[in-house]
Amino acid sequence: MSAAAVLAVVVGAAAAKGELTGDPKAGEAIYARCFACHALAYNRTGPKHCGLLGRRAGSVAGFEYSAAMKRANWVWNRQTLDRFLADPLKAVPGTTMGYAGVKDRQERADLIAYIEQAGRSEVCRAR
Amino acid sequence: MSSRIQSPDASLSLASDAPNLETRRSFLGKSGLVLSGAAVALLAGRDVLAKGNRPAGSDVNVLNSALGAELEAIAAYQVGAESGLLQKPVLNLAVTFQGHHKEHADVLAKTIIKLGGQPVSAKEKYTFPVETLKTQSDVLRFAAMLEKGAVSAYLGAVPVFENRDLAKAAASILGDEAMHWAILRNALGDAPVPAAFMS
Ligand SMILES: [Fe+2]
Repeated sequence: MSAAAVLAVVVGAAAAKGELTGDPKAGEAIYARCFACHALAYNRTGPKHCGLLGRRAGSVAGFEYSAAMKRANWVWNRQTLDRFLADPLKAVPGTTMGYAGVKDRQERADLIAYIEQAGRSEVCRAR
Repeated sequence: MSSRIQSPDASLSLASDAPNLETRRSFLGKSGLVLSGAAVALLAGRDVLAKGNRPAGSDVNVLNSALGAELEAIAAYQVGAESGLLQKPVLNLAVTFQGHHKEHADVLAKTIIKLGGQPVSAKEKYTFPVETLKTQSDVLRFAAMLEKGAVSAYLGAVPVFENRDLAKAAASILGDEAMHWAILRNALGDAPVPAAFMS
């Protein structure tokens, strides 16, 4: 993380709690961080992201979730995704997503905006 | 192959842990495992756990996710190598990088077992976007995307390991993945190292 990004985290944490507007274009670049394990249209080490918004946690058919994620009793929306992405292991202790998280609020908003937009894209509709 | 050279750092790590040296040597000897810095750090991890510091559950989870991704990467490079789209010397790169991923997977699986976990196996079938891979550049771009993802994944794993030796090992693999990414970018004619920081 750059010094600017570190600063952004600090400032972001102090800023108001209001929902940020995500930029899907910026989010697409951030999504590259997920490519070791995730794809939009198919399950890999992690579950696919097409259809993520509005989906119950731990519910993609054919994907083997951790017991912890199966127990997570919520639907993925901007708020739940924001909380999970900030610190996956804290949000769902026992998740197999062994990843520190996306610590910058704006980056999370951008990432979620991208996943939302991608969900309406050709890749996800053709699936 | 340069990766087979034992680093001085590796022997230092072992020397500092003399009581387990023989066990470890025979383990390494039997498995034919290359004594890389990462391997030593990973194997050192179980000593901390043996001392009863922390439950290994979370670390095993993280290691298993890394193993799953490495196994997929091995399969991806196999698809690339067999595609007929890669010409030498790029083909040699793919085979070399696949070899590194095999070494990562090997040491991750052994470490999971040492920690009392059950390593995931390779899937019988992986999904790859083969319909989009028509040229050598397509294959390289796809591989570069996976390698950059691997850098980010290991970067995100470093802070979550309870055991700092495992964090060090993840960082060691991260360095290797970053080189893969840079070399693939270079082969594509892109700026090999586009930024001062990885995220
Ligand atoms: Fe790699």
